[in-house]
Order: sequence, then C-alpha cells, then structure tokens
Amino acid sequence: MKIQEADAKSLLLAQGLPVPAWEVARTTVEVRAAAERTMAAGATQVVIKAQVLVGGRGKAGGVKLAASADEAEAVASTILGMEIKGIRVRKVLVAAAADIVKEYYLSAVLDRSARRILLMGSADGGVEIEQVAVETPEAITRLHADPYLGLLDHQARRLAFALELGGHWKAGAAIAKGLVRTMLAYDADLVEINPLAVVREQDGAATSGSRERLVCLDAKVTLDDSALVRHPDLEALRDSDEEDPADREAREAGISFIKLDGTIGCMVNGAGLAMTTMDLVKRAGGDPANFLDLGGGARADKRAAAMRLILADPKVEAILVNIFGGITRGDEVAHGLIEARSRQTRDVPMIVRIVGTNAEEAGRLLREASFETAASLDEAATKAVAAARGATA
Amino acid sequence: MSILVDRDTRLVVQGITGREGQFHAEAMLAYGTAVVAGVTPGKGGQQTLGGRVPVFDSVHQAVDRTSANTACVFVPAAAAPDAVMEAIDAGIRTVFCITEGIPALDMVPLVAAVGSAGARLIGPNCPGATSPGRAKVGIIPGSVHREGRVGVVSRSGTLTYEAVQAMTDAGIGQSTCVGIGGDPIIGTTFTDVLALFAEDPETDGLVLIGEIGGDAEEQAAAWAAEHLAGIPKVAFIAGRTAPEGKRMGHAGAIISGGSGTAQSKVDALEAAGVRVAGSPTELPALLRDAGYRG
Repeated sequence: MKIQEADAKSLLLAQGLPVPAWEVARTTVEVRAAAERTMAAGATQVVIKAQVLVGGRGKAGGVKLAASADEAEAVASTILGMEIKGIRVRKVLVAAAADIVKEYYLSAVLDRSARRILLMGSADGGVEIEQVAVETPEAITRLHADPYLGLLDHQARRLAFALELGGHWKAGAAIAKGLVRTMLAYDADLVEINPLAVVREQDGAATSGSRERLVCLDAKVTLDDSALVRHPDLEALRDSDEEDPADREAREAGISFIKLDGTIGCMVNGAGLAMTTMDLVKRAGGDPANFLDLGGGARADKRAAAMRLILADPKVEAILVNIFGGITRGDEVAHGLIEARSRQTRDVPMIVRIVGTNAEEAGRLLREASFETAASLDEAATKAVAAARGATA
Repeated sequence: MSILVDRDTRLVVQGITGREGQFHAEAMLAYGTAVVAGVTPGKGGQQTLGGRVPVFDSVHQAVDRTSANTACVFVPAAAAPDAVMEAIDAGIRTVFCITEGIPALDMVPLVAAVGSAGARLIGPNCPGATSPGRAKVGIIPGSVHREGRVGVVSRSGTLTYEAVQAMTDAGIGQSTCVGIGGDPIIGTTFTDVLALFAEDPETDGLVLIGEIGGDAEEQAAAWAAEHLAGIPKVAFIAGRTAPEGKRMGHAGAIISGGSGTAQSKVDALEAAGVRVAGSPTELPALLRDAGYRG
C-alpha cells in the first residue's frame, strides 16, 4: 500500500528521524493559515507540495514556492484541484522552504533476490535513482542489513562515509539505522529519502547565526499489504480519496481486481492464470477490461461480487470466465453463473471455460442454459474477442 | 528418480485438522502419498481422515513416532514461519509452505535460518510438488498429471495446472512438477529447482512457467545457458499485458521502476536458448520442436 508523503514523514518522525515541520491543508484558506504560522516561526518562504500517490509531482507543477501568505494562497489555488497523472490533488503539504546546502539519496528496500533488506545511498540526491543506477552505478553504495540483527552500526557508518557527509556522518549513520527501524516497525517494503539534505537553518530568532543540519526533506514509504492485518492503525493511512470505488469493493470482497481500458471483462481463479487470460485476449486481437483473480476455493459471494465489478464497467462488451477447478468445483461455478445471468441487468455475452473438478457436469449445465462454452483457453479468448466485436458492430 | 518428493517421502501435515489441511491431506492420501502424521497443537492423540492418520501435538513427536521426513504447512500466516522452524528443529529437511499472506519481512530471517540449518523450504504461497505416479505434496490436482520425464517449475498455481494439463493431453508426462510460489521472498528459486533437475537422470526436458516481477527468471535463464545447454527447455511468461506499478494478485507480481517486465524475461530466456511459448497450450509442440523425444 502506498501512503502520502505527509504520512510517511509522520512514521519517520515517530521513529526519531529528523524531519522538518510541516502541515497538511485541504483548502486555500487552510494553506494561507499554515503559511502564516510557518512564516511567523521564521520562514522567509514556504513550499507547497501536492499530496498524490504518483511520482513526478514537481515536473507536473505540483510543487511550488511562495514568499508570502497571499502568494501561498494563490499558488494553492493552482495546485488544489489540478490533476497529476489522472489523480486529482485534494490536499497539499505546507512547510518552510529549505535552504539546501547539498542533497543526497538514501533508501532501504526489500531485495527480492538477496532476500534481505538492501540499503542504497548516493551523494547524487534529488534525482531519479533509477537514472543514476543506469548511468553511473558506481555512484550508488549498496549494502545488505543482517537478516537477524538488522543494520549494524559499522554498516551504517560505512554508508555515511560513502555518502561523503563530512561532519554530518554521525547523523547520517543514525538516519540509515532509522530507515531500517522504520521498515521493521511498520512492515514497509520501501523507505526512501530523496532528497536527504544538509540544510541551513536560522539559529533561533534572537541570534544572527545559522547552523547546518541533515534532514529528511522528502519521504516515500510503501507498506506490505500482507502485514496490514497486524498494523490496524496503518489501515487509516489508506487514501480513500485516491482509491477507485471498484478497487475498494474488490478489496473488501477479497478479490484481486485491477481495472484496465479494454472491452473484455475477465473472471479467473489464480493470479498467473488471470494474467495469462489477459495476455491471450490481447493475442486474439482484443483488449482486456480488467485483471481479476477470485483466489482459491472461490465462494459464491465472491463470484457475485466479481460479476458486479465487471458489469459496473460500461466499456465491457463481453465476459470471459476461465476457471481451473481444483478446490473450486466446476458445477458450483456453473450454477452461480446461471443464477447471476438471470439477475443481470445488462445483456453482455459470456464465454465460459471450466476445466478440472466436475467440469463435465459444469459443461452440461452451461450448454442447457445456452451459454457459450470453450474447451481451451485460446478458444475462449478468440470467442470472447469475436463476441465483443459482435456487440460493438 | 524425481526431485523433492518421491516414493520414500513420509509426510507430516502441519495444520491437518483445519479446513484446507483436511481437504488436501485427503487428496494427497488418495494420490498415494505416505501421509504418516498430522500436527495440531492440543489435538495430539486423535486420529484423523477416517482413522488413517495419527495427530500429534508437535512435529518432534510426529517425527519420533512415524519417521516423517517431509513437512507440508497449512497453518495460518501469523503462525506459519514458526511452523516451518518447528519442522526444521525436529530434523525435517524438506518443508513445503502452502500458506499465503506471510509478511515479507518475516521471510527474511526465516529463509536465512532455513539455509543455516541446511534445510530446504519450498514456498510460501506455493502449490507444492508432484512426482506423478509416486507422490504429491501440496494442492496440485492429481488429475492433471501423467508419468514421464519432463520437469516443470512454476511461480504460479492454476496456471501450472493449465500448462501441465496441456502437456498431459499431448502425451508428454512429467518427472516432477514444482510450484515455487508467487511471493517476493521464497525459500527455493527457479535456479535452485533447475539445479535439482540437472542432477536427475530421469528428467530429459524442462518447462519453466514465470510471471512479471523481480528478476528470478532472468537469473534462471543465465544459469540454464551455462549448465543446461544440452537439454530441451521451453518457457511461458504470464503478464505481457500487465500495467506497471500494479500488484497482479501475487504479492511478487509487480513491475516496478521499469524492471520485472515480461519482455525482459522473454528476452533473457530466448537469449539463453529457451523457447518461449505465446500460450500454455503451445508448450508441448514447442518442447518437441526443441528436440524432446518423450
């Protein structure tokens, strides 16, 4: 699960990491008030950042500076309500604009092939790390945390020295350890600070001096969906504004569902088979409308929810049902489909393929109910594409 | 011969009195697997599955009394890592974990501990393995198989059944079919299974079923190019139409930062001399094209 920058920063702060103060605002009036408070505390400029779960906010114009409360309100009116990669901006983060001396990159991520937590650091911060990895891989320092003991002190120090943090190396090592602590505390699969930055801060209002500090200026955290059951408090961080209603219904029904742009709705048991069904629809000249995995031993209520999700998409012109029965009994699925069609409000052609447990009985039931059936997966895909074309023509 | 499961497999089913455990233990028995024991803490002393299988409180007791040498874990995600460690502590060296939904960070110390013990964990979130005509451990329907000499390794469940059924229908039997699981962190990788097949004198052809996410298929391709040059091998990769950044059902099936795409895997496999099918139904013909004479 992805969470917003402001929520990610809260998690870092709770683990003792240095994060400059911020506020979250949902209206231009709230932005103005936040800017006034931030400037009263000594800031000469504020930064206003769109809170959306997609990358590239800066390039899209979702991150802007303002030198007064008036300007902050004006800037906020352009950011709130704008769309970034199809996502409407409903809230922004307001903070004192940082006086950046130098930017770095630091992250902790689950390394699938090493089966350990991987720490990555680079003295080239503030840019796309994927780009650095391709162009100058030697600029990235990588090391794996111990599978039992986590990130050891000497590892954190090595990382800090590799980043050439100078006098800030102790703070850097502490932040590196903090990233791993954050990962373990919340079951995150990614904790990324980009940029980690040395910033110049006014040393209190009364004195004229300034001091430098290493801080987490931006934060990206993704949480392991499989672990959310043991972090009920983190469920509250799910952004319901950005979650599609169909996604929510699917999640609550325990179905894996991803909406796509095509016209052929797919209902399949098993993730690999569901992807394969989509691929074969494409290969047969059609476009899948969704990915849908019912999961193992799919019960009747799950299948009914799946049918609702597919039919809720007005672009769907045909439905392909592909069930490989193991635990799932084919005749049960057939009965469910026959019943579902009788209650269906929209007449969409359905191509059904059921193999495995009780498949013969399923085939007989479906033919009696005059469903279009298919023996092989390839045949099912071809028939579904033809049916969708027929419906369009 | 075969790999991982065979006639000498003596299986203890952990979580045997649960719904899934009961159902699949019964199916394993029906297939001919020696299910010698079940474990459910607090239910020791009972008999299950019509009095055919004794239930024990611990894996240690089960191993003492029945000489079980393989474990299959059906317990819920919160208790599954402990169940795997219990089996290993009791001396079992091959553990299949069927359980889905184990947090990835629980798997990090677990796979390290399994490795230190010199044991092997298959899964989690895997369908298990079948050596047709000998034994099956896990949840793969026995009906899809036919005895033969092709090794199958897959990250998926029902897609594996689909591919194996296609081979069986075409008259191509299997030595062993192994599902390694769809999670980001798993105990046994494609490369590990290929290495076992490479040592098996009764495996003459290979089928690899992969999907988007991670780079395990690419690593397996590189290994196969070096060690399996002489053996006919084919593959299928699911997820050519999957969008980036979306988790496609399996926790591990996600394209992120441009890596883990189906195309990258197809390219790596083809460069390694592995023919990649456009549909699971094309695997048998492609395998014969690659020189398989079974």
